[in-house]
Amino acid sequence: MSDTKTPRDLNAFIEGIPYARFLGISVDQKGNEITTVMKFDQKLIGNPLLPALHGGVIGAFLEMTAIIQLAYETGSAAIPKPIGLTVDYLRSGKPIDTYARAHITKQGRRVATVHAEAWQEDRSKPIATTHGHFLLKTGEEAES
Amino acid sequence: MAAEFKMTPETMMALKEMLIQHVPHMRALGVEIVNAAPAQAWLRVPYDERFIGNAETGVIHGGVITTVLDNTCGMAVQLAMDEPQAIATLDLRIDYMKPATPGLALTTHAHCYKTTRNIAFVRGTAYHTDINDPIASCVGTFMIGANRTVPTGVAAAKAFMAKQKKEG
Repeated sequence: MSDTKTPRDLNAFIEGIPYARFLGISVDQKGNEITTVMKFDQKLIGNPLLPALHGGVIGAFLEMTAIIQLAYETGSAAIPKPIGLTVDYLRSGKPIDTYARAHITKQGRRVATVHAEAWQEDRSKPIATTHGHFLLKTGEEAES
Repeated sequence: MAAEFKMTPETMMALKEMLIQHVPHMRALGVEIVNAAPAQAWLRVPYDERFIGNAETGVIHGGVITTVLDNTCGMAVQLAMDEPQAIATLDLRIDYMKPATPGLALTTHAHCYKTTRNIAFVRGTAYHTDINDPIASCVGTFMIGANRTVPTGVAAAKAFMAKQKKEG
């Protein structure tokens, strides 16, 4: 693997993930601080009566945020694979833009543990959090 | 594991109404109902290039699986309750066993095995054709009576299913 600390163009990285485009996810990078943004779109609604974002979409957004953070911190071109994650739903997602940040709790050689949090208007009032494990691929494994 | 419950065209219509017409995100994903039974639901999401999580391999993103499993679980909860009520996911744990095969549709099954006054407990699996060869599994809890909205179509779907069961 190449230099593991080279900051990379994360918007270019997510260009290689069509599903990130489908959900309308972009990256706001300020130095080494990364915030992912999921722009509101009618197609993200799960409960049209409230209305509220689909819970699965929020889970997917958190998973994507964890992957982006891992890609940034490991500097690896290989996309980390989720092993398992738990999403806690704290508040219903309003029909507005959603933001998220991830923090790597522990990065091992093969597995990383990541925590991520999503919020909307108020950072101190997260709408959902997740913690999960991701498999980091080495160069050889990525080819298999 | 095959579903004993047979869907009538009416039940299917009512369930489609509930699932697809009223949930914009399910419409966006192109999700279809495969089957439904009391406390159980089966859905299918087609393979679509928009869902790819890794452009090199063409494997769909785990988030799509999370979303469809979440929805399947929610539907199983609805089909486990006597009265249609608003529900909300409290937590959902997903385990990914293996990558989905590019080009293949994904089927999900969920079973709501227990409901209390406030909480419903659900398990689910995602697979291509064989439920014993899973791609992902999940376990979740849902809040019952989460808000005042009542999903449209649920009551109709349940009435059709009850009728079918009686006649069946």
